[in-house]
Amino acid sequence: MTSATAVLPPAAARRGERGSRFLRLFLPLGLYLVFTVVPFYWMLLFALRPAGSASLLPWPLTLEHFGTVWNDMGFRVYFQNSVWIALLTLLFVTFFALMGGYALARFEFRGRRLFMLALLCTQFVPGAMMLIPLFNIFQTLDLIDSRWSLIIAESTFQLPLAMILMSGFVRNVPVELEESAMVDGCGRIRAFLAVVLPLLRPGIVAVGSFAFIGSWNNFLFALMFLNDPELQTVPVGLQTTIGENTVDFGALAAGGVVAAVPVVLVFAVVQKYLVQGMSAGAVKG
Amino acid sequence: MALADRTTVRPPAAGPPPTGRRGPRLRRALAPYALISPTVLLLAVFLLVPVGSVVHYALQHHVVNEPYDDAFVGLGNFRAMLGDQRFWDSLAFSAKWVVTEVLLQLLLGLALALIVNETFVGRAMARALVFSPWAVSGVLTTSIWMLLYNPATGVFHYLSEIGVGNAGTSVLGNPDTVFGAAVVAELWRGVPFFAILILADLQSVPKELYEAASIDGAGRTRSFLHVTLPHLRDAIVLATLLRAVWEFNNVDLLYTLTNGGPAGATTSLPLYVAQLARKSYDFGYGSALTTAAFVILLFCSVLYLRLSKFGRQR
Repeated sequence: MTSATAVLPPAAARRGERGSRFLRLFLPLGLYLVFTVVPFYWMLLFALRPAGSASLLPWPLTLEHFGTVWNDMGFRVYFQNSVWIALLTLLFVTFFALMGGYALARFEFRGRRLFMLALLCTQFVPGAMMLIPLFNIFQTLDLIDSRWSLIIAESTFQLPLAMILMSGFVRNVPVELEESAMVDGCGRIRAFLAVVLPLLRPGIVAVGSFAFIGSWNNFLFALMFLNDPELQTVPVGLQTTIGENTVDFGALAAGGVVAAVPVVLVFAVVQKYLVQGMSAGAVKG
Repeated sequence: MALADRTTVRPPAAGPPPTGRRGPRLRRALAPYALISPTVLLLAVFLLVPVGSVVHYALQHHVVNEPYDDAFVGLGNFRAMLGDQRFWDSLAFSAKWVVTEVLLQLLLGLALALIVNETFVGRAMARALVFSPWAVSGVLTTSIWMLLYNPATGVFHYLSEIGVGNAGTSVLGNPDTVFGAAVVAELWRGVPFFAILILADLQSVPKELYEAASIDGAGRTRSFLHVTLPHLRDAIVLATLLRAVWEFNNVDLLYTLTNGGPAGATTSLPLYVAQLARKSYDFGYGSALTTAAFVILLFCSVLYLRLSKFGRQR
């Protein structure tokens, strides 16, 4: 391609380049966009058009399915529960990941490598298979049918990766900035709060969002540890709209939209930090 | 580090640390342990203890609704496992599932990352759109694809009306098509993860390398093969192994989309264990299968640590 452009006159080269860009870039991207967007569109379509309609446009528009899931199927309660659980998980994961990530990035201490190894090994523990022993532990602690069981379990399973990511972010803040603040008379904690924390903001946003999205989406922990419908979360509520024999597609789709909106909003905010976050923590590790 | 001496701007090497100031130094020695202690505590209680009890159960006969029959059986559960056709079937399904998903996610994710790494109008929008399924959960993915796969109202129904393919049977109800249907649904939310990881690494390829390659007469294909791919090697190794473990362990999509069916055609090993726990309450045998899965994954994790050179200082 490059050798061909060298001998062609500029205009023809540009035309050839344009054709190749279409085949190489826009055609596959377009196809992939269709693959990504059609499922979302299908969900919106079923959520917004009246039951029994076969139209491919959400017209006439109706909000009756949202009324059904929100009021009659308990999604208002599920939504509130999920928000609280996800926010508290976000808080715990971010705070502890910040503490531990800082320790890993800034201190050389005995057992550091072992701890890093342990963090990594947790990624191979099959969370779904821990359900039975976890259930027993939460029963002992009297936390079955308590939202804390979800918050604790989710935080535990998310912390290792969050901490690895966070230590990557801390490592990207030059240590000299902190040292000069300390030379100027700040204690380590004040130096951290005044100098490091503001620079870590993208990392904190990324780690916190991952925690929120992960917790919001968790299905098995809620299914296993919560029996009281008043405590249930959105994914379990969504699963109940898929009946044994009959499926109310409007309700299923509207419930899906309710489940998708918070994570898609969070994703929209965090999207530009996402790539950065992955490269800072996971790849360079 | 200039910690022991706060009053001067002298570098610490200029003199020995003042005596009688052991407080700060002790605090400094203990600080990292204090900082990691909440995490260590959580991991010990809610991860290490469960792992231990799984191993403990694996050596017992322990069926919840036969409370008087609990007994130590040593490796009996593992011997039973070797003769259990459903174990081998679910393990084979898991292997097929993991290999298919990881390979396809890698190829599509790499292609997608290369595409959205180029500069073009609307790139930010395109990135946001193609990455968005990453944020979507297993149950939500299931809900969406159930709508799409429904024989009466799904997308195939509309396609068959305009003469593409033939609808009528449910792709999820047919043992011949259910694997492909589940794979595509999982690809939908899995490819973005790969694309994001690879894109992150693509952005760190030094531009000079491409310039040097093009001066040496390398075309697009050759500079991809000799500059981009070698640079991406570590990221690809890491992404494939993390993802393989995740695809092996993850049950939410298969649990809600097919529940292992039809006729056991999509029962992975973790799904089989979950069914054992829920239907026959055989925690001892289920734990033995879990332990076996651990060993298989441990093998992967060692491979993973070797290849990714994790934890070594840059």
